[in-house]
Amino acid sequence: MRRFAIFALVFAVGVSLAGGWAMRARSAQNVTILNVSYDPTRELYDAIDDAFTSDYLKKTGTTVTIQQSHAGSGKQATAVVNGLQADVVTLGLAWDVDAIEKAGLIASGWQDKFADNAAPYTSTVAFLVRKGNPKNIRDWKDLLRPGVQVIVANPKASGAARWAFLGLWGAVAGAKTYDLSTAQGLAASIADGKAAKDFPIYKNADALAAVSEFYKHVPVLDTGGRGATVTFAQKGIGDVLVNWENELYLASDEFGKDKFEIVHPSVSVLAEPPVAVVDSVVDKRGTRAVATAYLNFLYTPEAQDIIAQYHYRPRDVAIYKKYAADFPPLKLFTVDQAFGGWPRAQKAFFADGGVFDQIYRPTN
Amino acid sequence: MSRAATLQIRAAAAPPKAKRSAVGRLLVAAAVIFLTLFIVLPIANVFTQALSNGFAAYWQVFFPPATDPAAHLTLFEKHQLADQAAHTWSAIRMSCGIAAVVVPLNIVFGLVAAWAVTKFRFRGRVLLVTLIDLPFSISPVIAGLVFVLWFGRGGIFGDWGTRITWPDPASLSWQGFSGHWWPFTFANSYTGIIFTPLAMVIATAFVTFPFVARALIPLMDSQGSDEELAALSLGASGWRTFRTVTLANIRWALLYGAILCTARAFGEFGAVSVVSGHIDSNDTIPLRVEKLWDGYNMQAAFSVATLLALLAVATLIIKAAVEFKTGHDEAAASAAKE
Repeated sequence: MRRFAIFALVFAVGVSLAGGWAMRARSAQNVTILNVSYDPTRELYDAIDDAFTSDYLKKTGTTVTIQQSHAGSGKQATAVVNGLQADVVTLGLAWDVDAIEKAGLIASGWQDKFADNAAPYTSTVAFLVRKGNPKNIRDWKDLLRPGVQVIVANPKASGAARWAFLGLWGAVAGAKTYDLSTAQGLAASIADGKAAKDFPIYKNADALAAVSEFYKHVPVLDTGGRGATVTFAQKGIGDVLVNWENELYLASDEFGKDKFEIVHPSVSVLAEPPVAVVDSVVDKRGTRAVATAYLNFLYTPEAQDIIAQYHYRPRDVAIYKKYAADFPPLKLFTVDQAFGGWPRAQKAFFADGGVFDQIYRPTN
Repeated sequence: MSRAATLQIRAAAAPPKAKRSAVGRLLVAAAVIFLTLFIVLPIANVFTQALSNGFAAYWQVFFPPATDPAAHLTLFEKHQLADQAAHTWSAIRMSCGIAAVVVPLNIVFGLVAAWAVTKFRFRGRVLLVTLIDLPFSISPVIAGLVFVLWFGRGGIFGDWGTRITWPDPASLSWQGFSGHWWPFTFANSYTGIIFTPLAMVIATAFVTFPFVARALIPLMDSQGSDEELAALSLGASGWRTFRTVTLANIRWALLYGAILCTARAFGEFGAVSVVSGHIDSNDTIPLRVEKLWDGYNMQAAFSVATLLALLAVATLIIKAAVEFKTGHDEAAASAAKE
């Protein structure tokens, strides 16, 4: 009798689960999408997701849940290639989206599917120094002065560190710059990047000498941008931190605005973190409409305003002007125009046996 | 734990009344210093850091105050407390859920494995014993990557590990009969195995597999199968023999193994980190601690870490209680024999 009761119970639970599963296939009113992103955007997308969810519910009556995944940009691209079911990717480098495209998960031409090179916001590389700027650091060349200790991550492992490397190289080599706070500057930066054909900047001897000297000033190469920030801000090592602009704001917010100062160099590199819909996943899951709406939402004034509040540079020129106090006018050069895009720069500078391997000798 | 280990622990609790030599004192001092430096101080540090902004701040990590909708908060402030706490609770639920599946599974697996290698003699038995220990010797990160290769896209079994859809058992809900022929439904489903909680359960089960088996094997080995044979010869059924003889003999060791298994299931980081896909809703407590730390939220990171520290302390207490109990059982058993 007892045995029968146990059997009946197990059977009932099993049937209700199976029945529930069968039922579920018929009713899908809630949509969940996964946004696979890189490390520093965690706080940004927390805010944007909330705004998008309420906006989409208002417009379409569909409740969307957005799940976030954050880790190093390259690691995330690998995870998507390995089967992480990302409906959209919002990564740090176009190079990483290219890797997913190469695996056949994103159709080619993704960079033209959304406005402004599929980068709804930009950022740049700047400096964080200790309060009062005791070493009087104003520009890239000041980092090379004797006795200045620089904290930066390892460009072989960290996206932020690659931007820092390119920032120094382009600034020393005198790359062509743009003013992104005007619509004309923005348009020119994208058009020139597409038209660029030859890139003499790779042969610039001054830039090579400068980066060789630069890494002699680095006492410890952290593996990630966050690690470098902790080394500088919490452990108190070094005179200047070279990192993402937004990361510097976040660090000074977290560790105390009275302890640090942000210094913008005269010229820096324009980082265009790209977004893309992962075609194979959205086609399988039937989420293309939501995923596309989500990425388009990033370009709306509402989202651009949030982006600016989290210290990323908005593409929307009006919003850019509104937050002009946070974003000093900066002359920026693009990777596409000056370096011919990421695959080329990656191969020349950071691949095994590339420029970085040739010039870098651990100091201790 | 094994009888040998239990005896050692008891011996340590009641040292022989020999004269204490200088060397002995030196060794004790070294052990105390080592334990203080590597265990007591770090744990104390976890609690100090967690309480560095006062107890109220510690409490708010888990129970944020309701924000006044009229208050003019920056976006950053609005998202800070409430979202963080919600993520933390989701991580706690995930850890408990994984342990709730993994521990019973490993109790069954461990029992079966220990039973097989101790009560039977067969070809390949030594190999099986070695295989049981394998998860101890493999780095958890490598174990996680192995599962990525298994279930990932282009894995050794093809792409099915990223294609199959399965319901989220936690989302089973009652939808009533109106308009439906069946009253239960699942609100959520998962696609694929890798980078879902299922992969995390598999990875955790792999990493924690040896604990139960390892706790049982020495004990069951030393007990032999005489008592089972006696029970069977007296006409007990196989199931009854297992329940009243085998299980009764090993129950404390089994509990001990289960406790260690639980502690490790909660604490596992490497393997779970690889297969979680870093998706926020897949966070376990250790993954959550890492994310808070990465978000410069040191105090919250340490506050969540105190949960793991408290779990470790609770494990220690239960373990000591079980050892005390086992010691008594064994003392009673040997007294009865005499």
